[in-house]
Amino acid sequence: MNRQTPLSINIGRVMIYLLLVAFALLYLAPLYVMIATSFKDIEEIRSGNLMAPPLSPTFYAWTKAWSSACTGSECEGLAPFFWNSVKIVVPAVSISTIIGAFNGYALAKWRFKGSEFLFGALLFGCFIPFQVILLPMAKLLGSLGLANTVTGLVMVHVIYGVAFTTLFFRNYYVGVPTELVRAARLDGAGFLNTFRYIFLPLSTPIFVVTVIWQFTQIWNDFLFGVVYSGAGTQPITVALNNLVNTSVGGKEYNVDMAAAIIAALPTLVVYVVAGKYFVRGLTAGAVKG
Amino acid sequence: MNSIEIKKLSLNFGEVVVLKDLNLTIEKGEFLVLLGASGCGKSTLLNCVAGLLDITDGQIFINGKNVTWDEPAQRGIGMVFQSYALYPQMTVKGNLSFGLKNAGLPKEEIEKRVKHASEILQIESLLDRKPAALSGGQRQRVAIGRALVRDVEVFLFDEPLSNLDAKLRTELRVEIKRLHQKLDNTMIYVTHDQIEAMTLADRIAIMRDGLIQQLDTPKKIYSNPVNKYVAGFIGSPSMNFLKGTILQNNKPIFKLEGGWCESPDLSNYIFQESIKAETQVWLGIRPESVVVGGEAENMPVNFSLEVEVFEPMGADTLVWSQIGGQEFRFMIDGNTSVNVGDRVTVGFDPAHASIFDFDNEERL
Ligand SMILES: Nc1ncnc2c1ncn2[C@@H]1O[C@H](COP(=O)(O)OP(=O)(O)OP(=O)(O)O)[C@@H](O)[C@H]1O
Ligand SMILES: [Mg+2]
Repeated sequence: MNRQTPLSINIGRVMIYLLLVAFALLYLAPLYVMIATSFKDIEEIRSGNLMAPPLSPTFYAWTKAWSSACTGSECEGLAPFFWNSVKIVVPAVSISTIIGAFNGYALAKWRFKGSEFLFGALLFGCFIPFQVILLPMAKLLGSLGLANTVTGLVMVHVIYGVAFTTLFFRNYYVGVPTELVRAARLDGAGFLNTFRYIFLPLSTPIFVVTVIWQFTQIWNDFLFGVVYSGAGTQPITVALNNLVNTSVGGKEYNVDMAAAIIAALPTLVVYVVAGKYFVRGLTAGAVKG
Repeated sequence: MNSIEIKKLSLNFGEVVVLKDLNLTIEKGEFLVLLGASGCGKSTLLNCVAGLLDITDGQIFINGKNVTWDEPAQRGIGMVFQSYALYPQMTVKGNLSFGLKNAGLPKEEIEKRVKHASEILQIESLLDRKPAALSGGQRQRVAIGRALVRDVEVFLFDEPLSNLDAKLRTELRVEIKRLHQKLDNTMIYVTHDQIEAMTLADRIAIMRDGLIQQLDTPKKIYSNPVNKYVAGFIGSPSMNFLKGTILQNNKPIFKLEGGWCESPDLSNYIFQESIKAETQVWLGIRPESVVVGGEAENMPVNFSLEVEVFEPMGADTLVWSQIGGQEFRFMIDGNTSVNVGDRVTVGFDPAHASIFDFDNEERL
């Protein structure tokens, strides 16, 4: 009993695909405009249509955005700030992820007096809005002599991130049977060896999830970056803002667009490379937890 | 010599008392089975012996040495967990050798022991596989292997067969028995399967609510249960309990509550101590101790019943019936044909019965 004829299936299918394609185009349109504009020269932007493809593509805007656009008083492009961001993100992501892994492991499998309370307190940390800690943190950084330094920014991101990374790892490790820990104890493995030989090898998905999350958060952060950085330590998000707001002569939309893409590129790359783990890791944690 | 001695062991989880004042002595080479309903504290006791739980009070000796506060790895025990708990990212070989590596044994020694254990358990061909690529029975063998390589005298097995299918369970049961005969080490084996308990054990400890109710040979527990709980727990189908009163009239006589005029003579029953007249009791008799027909008429106790339900089980048929409003089950030969409504004469020898006090349910 075939209630649907092949024809109606086809029409339904076609409709669905048309709709999907239409939405995809709608979503991709801004990206297209950015990319297209970044390859045009100023003349073409002024005279041409926003949606029109670049007629004589040029890398002028990209080169300028990277190495010579003005971000305030200096005109060295985004390059130095890109490296600033890298210098902040790499240690901040690694340290917060590693601490989170240890915290999560201890909270999930080595319960001690007050461990539930500690976990609750950490969870609370996830809900503290950025704005609330701005001033106290500035004072703390100042008294530690870390104001306007990369180290200071790394510290802020680590402290703020540990709440999330701990939550991720803890929820993932709760799903690992406690008998495994017992077996390892009987086999003479202590806290660290159990982590290293038994938990770590199981942790690839959750590491990927946490790294993506932390990377995106820290790379895209603007508020901490603008508040806690000095002249030489600004992350790329702050520099992008300055670049767009600094006009020497006319507004160069192509440079702005190229700069924005450069700033966003690393997170895009991370998603493309590790995205499938992201979905997998999130569900694994959810189902088992 | 005693292999394991547990003295006045107590364990609480916060407010919850799981084990209280538990004493248990196990001889060298003995196969002890801990049997009890779910949640009675069997795994908890095993974990205490292994040192995986910090006990609240009491002492534990293994081979004469007080190990109460020793680390699990230092106690000289091997353990098989209920869920096997194989390390998922290590190969079978990695699983077997992990503990030995942690103990810092030389490489050749580790190789030797892994080889020996895998030969005994016939898992040589599986050494390079990960646990995910093993069947349930193979995983179980690896789990046993992990205890075996430790070369210890005491094994703790926590329901090692409980998540296997019935056929495999029977096979591995025999293998475990064989292994024990070969290695001759002390074994504490947890199960809630009474067949496993009866077939494997030198002695069975029946647990209930964190207390050991009876510790005895399987035979003794089957024939002389110390209280009504143990009597009802062991044996399948379970024992019949008839409520009634004992009257002393030169000899003890059982008066069934709610009927049965010719009061049966209990002279054959061996009472623990002389009992008062008019004691309210439970008279327990196992369905398989009840005989029928002509044989029944020669028994000191006999009466006739009406068949209500019958369940053919192959060799035997279990018949459900009533006497004086109380449920009564008995076995007949599987080849005898019965019908619902038939009247059958049944009888038994009080020597095979168990009589319990009505109030405290202790054996009389
Ligand atoms: N961590 C814990 N906190 C509180 N109570 C616990 C904890 N672990 C076990 N219990 C309780 O202790 C009792 C004994 O548990 P145990 O695991 O020893 O039972 P068991 O006899 O092994 O049961 P099963 O046959 O189901 O495995 C149970 O009532 C259980 O609820
Ligand atoms: Mg258990």
